Amino acid sequence: MLKYSIFSLIKNAFNYHENWQKAWRDPELKKKYDVVIVGGGGHGLATAYYLAKEHNLKNIAVVEKGWIGGGNTGRNTTIIRSNYLWDASAGLYDHALKIWESLSQELNFNVMFSQRGVMNLAHNQHDVRELKRRTHANRLNGIDCEWLNTKQVKEFCPIINCSPNIRYPVMGSTLQKRAGTARHDAVAWGYARGADSMGVDIIQNCEVKGIKRKRDLVEGLETTKGFIKTSKIGVVAAGHSSVIANMAGLKLPLESKPLQALVSEPIKPVIDTVVMSNAVHAYVSQSDKGELVIGAGTDSYVSYTQKGTHEIIEGTLKAILELYPIFSRLRMLRQWGGVVDICPDASPIISKSNIKGLYFNCGWGTGGFKATPGSGHLFAHTIAKDEPHALNAAFNINRFISGELVDEHGAAAVAH
Amino acid sequence: MFIIKCPYCGERDHSEFSYGGEAHIVRPKQPSELSDGQWAEYLFTRKNIKGLQYERWNHAHGCRRWFNMARDTSNDKIHFVYQMGEKPTK
Repeated sequence: MLKYSIFSLIKNAFNYHENWQKAWRDPELKKKYDVVIVGGGGHGLATAYYLAKEHNLKNIAVVEKGWIGGGNTGRNTTIIRSNYLWDASAGLYDHALKIWESLSQELNFNVMFSQRGVMNLAHNQHDVRELKRRTHANRLNGIDCEWLNTKQVKEFCPIINCSPNIRYPVMGSTLQKRAGTARHDAVAWGYARGADSMGVDIIQNCEVKGIKRKRDLVEGLETTKGFIKTSKIGVVAAGHSSVIANMAGLKLPLESKPLQALVSEPIKPVIDTVVMSNAVHAYVSQSDKGELVIGAGTDSYVSYTQKGTHEIIEGTLKAILELYPIFSRLRMLRQWGGVVDICPDASPIISKSNIKGLYFNCGWGTGGFKATPGSGHLFAHTIAKDEPHALNAAFNINRFISGELVDEHGAAAVAH
Repeated sequence: MFIIKCPYCGERDHSEFSYGGEAHIVRPKQPSELSDGQWAEYLFTRKNIKGLQYERWNHAHGCRRWFNMARDTSNDKIHFVYQMGEKPTK
């Protein structure tokens, strides 16, 4: 792999940047692999990367129906934080956040991780109590989190309307300063390049059509590019996890729903942090290009269409306009949807299944991007060792039978 | 965004309706006799079909009555609606 540096940049300037080495190969599909990862998004590519790097497995393929990073990895609002309430979630998401902090150096690829802080606004007494409780819980788990009163909110983010006369007045906020954003495409590309350099075959335009199993053992995958023999399959298919599980005769505790986001026309810098508000359901940050990146909510019904309904966007923008009157003349540039797989307890599944050699990493719902490096790291461990890492043991699929749920509806995201 | 034909009120915008999830999941008659796995199956596990799904809707901002609907979740096309207690015709 060519190392990116100031010197490689200068060297390539001499031939007008026309001879850069391709960041990853476009290999032919082999007949047999030790591990096949289904889904070439950030989580799947990170899984392959850590399988090769930390578990010394070299014969790995990532099969992707479309192009890498083209699903929810390319459709989210890139928010990264770890201020979750429960210990299990705090461990999981802060593990990811710690990897984010040195990811660009590790991958030799700039993922543009920006620790600009994430605020979670409180709009009523209940919010205040819940968010203060979460602040304390975070601190007990060693996660940075502070409480801001209304005056401090106004100082930290001056464009927020802190008037007591609005329908849902701002009564305070949590602030996690280590939280922030990253460039989503770069995460997929960086992991793809890193995995590829260690010999992982990334096979794009290759859709899985069936899973072959002999009793309780997996034997391989039917794909649009032919049969692949393998004894270990890691499914990281996000919204389509149930579809893949169905091929192996399994049902999962998931529902796939459309989640929307939108961006405005680019403007000069006005907001240098990320502001989320659960109660009025609006969250906003500003990209380096100047666009406001606005996250809306999920629709209530199951759909695989990658498009949601208009009133979801309308509701979000109403809330945005009340909180930020400065945005009232802005035009929205683009709007899109992704299909998110939501667990009943709003926490993910990183787990073995009843079929030997079949593993699932799914249920990230509306907030999977932030976990990408940690999710890949822990899923690689689960696949390689055939047992969970201490940090993902609680995210076992059997928690829905035992009742030991990780109920994060309050902290997981704004979209439940 | 789609129009739903309520069997009682006729065609209305879907925003008048609320979604009630997968249809034809019958509550077990004797929950205490089930294993934890069977109870979890009833409570949490869903088909989550990509394709024709039978589902429940409630005309929340209209007649407030429940009904069933067959919709293709891959394109949101509604195939037919039918009443509660009825089995889908195809």
